Amino acid sequence: MKNSLRKISRGTGLSAAVLGVSALVLSGCGAPPAEESSGGSSAAANSDYLGCIVSDSGGFDDRSFNQSSYEGLKKAEADLGIKINQAESQAETDFGPNVDQMVQAGCNLTVTVGFLLADTTKAAAEQNTEANFAIVDDNSIDLPNVKPIIYDTAQAAFLAGYAAAATSETGKVATFGGINIPTVTIFMDGFADGVKYFNEETGGDVQLLGWDKESQNGTFVGNFEDAAAGKTNTQNFINEGADIIMPVAGPVGSGTLDAVIEANAGGKDVKAIWVDSDGYETAGKGEEFILTSVMKLMGDAVEDVISTDVEGTFDNSPYVGTLENGGVALAPFHDQEANVPADLQVTLDGLKEQIISGEITVESAASPK
Amino acid sequence: MSPQDDRPVPPATGGDAPRSRRAAKEAAREDEMRLENAVDTAGGEMPPPVVPPTAADLAGSPAPESTLLQRVMTGNALVAFLSVVLSLILGGLLIAVTDENVSRASTYFFSRPQDTLAAAWTAASGAYIALFQGSVFNFQGETFARMIYPLTQTLTVATPLICAGLGVALAFRAGLFNIGAQGQILIGATFAGWVGFTLDLPVGVHLLLVVLAGMIGGAIWAGIVGVLKARTGAHEVILTIMFNYIAINFVLYLLSTPAFQRPGSTNPISPQLDATALYPPLLGSGFRLHWGFVVAVLATVFVAWLLNRSTVGFELRAIGANASAARTAGINVSKGYILAMAIAGALAGLAGVAQVSGTEKVLTSGVAASFGFDAITVALLGRSTPWGTFAAGILFGAFRAGGVTMQASTGTSIDIVLVVQSLIVLFIAAPPLVRALFRLPAPGAPRAGKGGSTTRTPASTGAAA
Repeated sequence: MKNSLRKISRGTGLSAAVLGVSALVLSGCGAPPAEESSGGSSAAANSDYLGCIVSDSGGFDDRSFNQSSYEGLKKAEADLGIKINQAESQAETDFGPNVDQMVQAGCNLTVTVGFLLADTTKAAAEQNTEANFAIVDDNSIDLPNVKPIIYDTAQAAFLAGYAAAATSETGKVATFGGINIPTVTIFMDGFADGVKYFNEETGGDVQLLGWDKESQNGTFVGNFEDAAAGKTNTQNFINEGADIIMPVAGPVGSGTLDAVIEANAGGKDVKAIWVDSDGYETAGKGEEFILTSVMKLMGDAVEDVISTDVEGTFDNSPYVGTLENGGVALAPFHDQEANVPADLQVTLDGLKEQIISGEITVESAASPK
Repeated sequence: MSPQDDRPVPPATGGDAPRSRRAAKEAAREDEMRLENAVDTAGGEMPPPVVPPTAADLAGSPAPESTLLQRVMTGNALVAFLSVVLSLILGGLLIAVTDENVSRASTYFFSRPQDTLAAAWTAASGAYIALFQGSVFNFQGETFARMIYPLTQTLTVATPLICAGLGVALAFRAGLFNIGAQGQILIGATFAGWVGFTLDLPVGVHLLLVVLAGMIGGAIWAGIVGVLKARTGAHEVILTIMFNYIAINFVLYLLSTPAFQRPGSTNPISPQLDATALYPPLLGSGFRLHWGFVVAVLATVFVAWLLNRSTVGFELRAIGANASAARTAGINVSKGYILAMAIAGALAGLAGVAQVSGTEKVLTSGVAASFGFDAITVALLGRSTPWGTFAAGILFGAFRAGGVTMQASTGTSIDIVLVVQSLIVLFIAAPPLVRALFRLPAPGAPRAGKGGSTTRTPASTGAAA
């Protein structure tokens, strides 16, 4: 028995090896390029401009702010023809050396991602006054060569909260976060306000689980990695009767989608709300159960800042992403269009106008001041 | 009878009965000597005894009291060196394979193979040259200061690695697998940071207090593990791992309280430490290298003295070599465990101080990076000797410092550095593999006939006293 098993495994090993080698051989059979043609056909108008980015410890593949900021830089590379350079931080101890590398490399503008980089960015900007910097999600630096890029995410989250409350069948919606920090709680505050506004306007009684705006306390996973914990949290909310869940925890949200997919397979009607990007396009699974997404369009902001710097009109006034300038937005309903109340989109558009005009104020302790 | 049966028995001189008794005595004495040797050579700087049995005894092949821990920590220096070389070669291959230019050239490998090979060579050598430029000497630097800047960066990053590595090594020598350096660094950094940004004290006193607070923080955190181990017999591996979780979540909690936040901000980041609480720069403000490095050197000297010259060190080593024998010999094993862990924690706390008052100047939940786990590797690579750990710490500091440049100038992922580091651990943990690859003689080969693979003993890791 054992012997035959070994034989089988050896046989499969061999065939796998043969397959692998033949694949290698086949892939190596292409024709060589005729001549070394340096593909510099793109507009090399700004090829002496170097735009750089330093991630925080999440890395450029975090499906969250590092990634969107990096994509913005890549877009600037394609659209403006600038050169780019990037440094990924493995840990917070890499911030200093990474930013120093970028300054030494002669970057015209360095985008640093996250409030944890604020001290490093400030020190580098003070020492290198001829270089420009932009920092995402932090508004603590006031220097002529540093542009803060921040978001009033609560505005878009307000719309999501209203949409969730209007769509909920069970009268319970839920949200949870990664870690209790302002960039996370601003989503939850806006969401809570949206639910509350729905109740006031329509006399409904939709409950919000997982976040209490008054005490600024709620459910948190404790990190931005543990998707299994996200799944457990989501299942708990579903068991408590919630049918729309918004995870504000980056990659942890994929656990929520797992739980939602399972619940739907089990006959329940449960939906998720994605954050940061349009989950219908980026989440990679369970799109059909994503009601909408609270989007923070960081890529556009980064590209904007770079293009103003290329044009020589860099300024240090904070860029605040709002509904008005399109820095934050609510994603379309996509597949869920049929499941939301008929006039919801119209109501939401009206609310958006009211928020932009200031008729409705969405406030969060974490809002940019 | 005993495993020594196959040894050449000294020529008999007396009758039958006395002869066998003498043989037994002889065997017993050999046993004793072997234990003694194991303890002594493990002492590090002391040259290994020149008597022939060392090779076998050092690797502890068939000795019943040898454990996985002992074998790992007394491994051959040559094996350690070759592990590094081998890992660098494999890392180079990986860089070449994952390189874009290489994969483009490999699509027409059979038409023009030299393209692929050239691209592979360029990718790997370019990455390693950048690694060198980022960690030792930057020959493209504009000024001399800029040229030697990489070396100072290496020493800066090495500082916490050395401190924490010493802590892990010391615990190893006492037979304790201290996986908790990460938590100990964090708690040390928290204590030090709090003293640094809350108290307002004159120059000198403030820094001294910060350093003390850091050491006390780490010592308490690890000391609890020592007490639990000594009193209840709970396994220190499990305890330290769990204490890592407690530490990180505790720090996260503290950072959500106003006492640890900047005024007017709710971000989980502490205020900057006062200028009086910071290690002064060692080479002027142009460099990040700070006096914490000197502290790390002093710590190494101290640990070397402690382990090799002091009574306490002898007791710890005896406990590490064989806890039961140590107890029989009248050594207080419980006290030894607590002391070993507390000192290990204090050393890890020094690493935390190097972070908060040396490089980062603030307390965040990520202030320890992965130094606590890297420290385990550093201690292993340094064979748990103080100066070996020091050298290994500098090597790993160079990897980390150089990795930044490698990433920025060649686009090679910084994860490659992590792969190389991990491969080093892998090879060190599997000495027979390295020996087989380089055709080194296995320890005890002449006697056992077959290679080091005969050294399997139950992986009780020696700590399960």
